[in-house]
Amino acid sequence: MAQPLDYLKESPSQTAGPYVHIGCLPNFCGIAGVYPADLGHSMVNARTRGERITLSGRIIDGTGTPLRDAMVEIWQADAAGLYNSPSETRGTADPDFTGWGRQAADPETGLWRFETIRPGPVPFPDGRLQAPHISVWIVARGINLGLNTRIYFPENEAANAADPVLSRIEHKNRVPTLIARRDGAAYSHDIHLQGDAETVFLDI
Amino acid sequence: MSNDAPETGAFFARDREWHPKPLTPGYKTSVLRSPQKALLSFDNTISEITGPTFGHSMLGELDNDLIHNFARNGESAIGERIVVHGRLLDERGRGVAGALLEFWQANAGGRYRHKRDGYLAPLDPNFGGCGRTVTDERGFYAFRTVRPGPYPWPNGPNEWRPAHIHFSVFGHGFAQRLITQMYFEGDPLIARCPIVRTINDPAAICQLTAALDMNATVPMDALAYKFDIVLRGRRSTLFENRLEGN
Ligand SMILES: [Fe+2]
Repeated sequence: MAQPLDYLKESPSQTAGPYVHIGCLPNFCGIAGVYPADLGHSMVNARTRGERITLSGRIIDGTGTPLRDAMVEIWQADAAGLYNSPSETRGTADPDFTGWGRQAADPETGLWRFETIRPGPVPFPDGRLQAPHISVWIVARGINLGLNTRIYFPENEAANAADPVLSRIEHKNRVPTLIARRDGAAYSHDIHLQGDAETVFLDI
Repeated sequence: MSNDAPETGAFFARDREWHPKPLTPGYKTSVLRSPQKALLSFDNTISEITGPTFGHSMLGELDNDLIHNFARNGESAIGERIVVHGRLLDERGRGVAGALLEFWQANAGGRYRHKRDGYLAPLDPNFGGCGRTVTDERGFYAFRTVRPGPYPWPNGPNEWRPAHIHFSVFGHGFAQRLITQMYFEGDPLIARCPIVRTINDPAAICQLTAALDMNATVPMDALAYKFDIVLRGRRSTLFENRLEGN
């Protein structure tokens, strides 16, 4: 026998269920007057530095059907590559950019959409640069533990090819599941939960 | 928030045997929504170590009072009045300060205020079903609500959810993000529930079951349940290899 290590266990996850909007996006689901606005609804204001972009997409199930009850959160660096977080020690992020957004899938179409800015690159722990990316967290009915993935930008071909995370993907034909499609300042990205096109999900 | 040095360590690896697996056929909706390929593992980068934080200043006075935050003036929600309180900790046992908790639940009859909920139990005009709070400097939190009712759901021919409150929890890093549910001690529906049973280890189910806490009751007003929540711990950055200049 040895001394016990005495670490606690992380609380186990349970699905967000179909009514996640009540707690996280009450105004979206018609519960007005409790909070002035839904948290994460707006990431930018008139003073935010950087190039404005939109990011939209759908979460697709194993039959090809978009999830209409999912909730998506994103987290990203500001235009200079700094995170608006107390754990950011490299500098002070743009105070006019939250870096965090939260949107519901549309109850009819399953489409979600963020208005944000193009993030700057951030370092990997070994000092190399990571290609600019947006971190994504998905919860929904039927998802037992929130899913983590990332979205990269298609025009950054060289940076994506050198990205330390994308480089770890063994099957190179799966790399495109993490890269958005571009139409001007509008990016779109479908996330596939299953099938040949299954998105690469992250154990982070 | 405390004056401690910023937390910059990577998080302890998630124990994916302790959490429910993605594919849990007893909970039918998981069958077509569960990824089947292996996850891509890598050590946390600054994108996972950082995360959004929310101050106490954004909270409204009634945000942690579901009995009143949707009720008409002078009225209150119907049901068994309870206080839910506890502490947000990390796996090292340290309190997590300044963390946002959001909660949502059905009303005392088991009905959600949501377009998709067609259960015949009536809505309570004085109950919205959402609340939020931010943990204090030592990680403590509390809110007031009514005990939610159990409700039937279309998974099997006659399946009922135990009474539960949904929790959305932020720590200080995006990789700590967690959604879970709180159950009530002694509820015979817990052991029968396919969503609870997505969890394999009985000890993990206990961790989601709040205990009646008579010491925290408000006499002649409200019963109390104690529910601690644990988020991933951070590794210390002692003895880590550092590149020169970092
Ligand atoms: Fe529920």
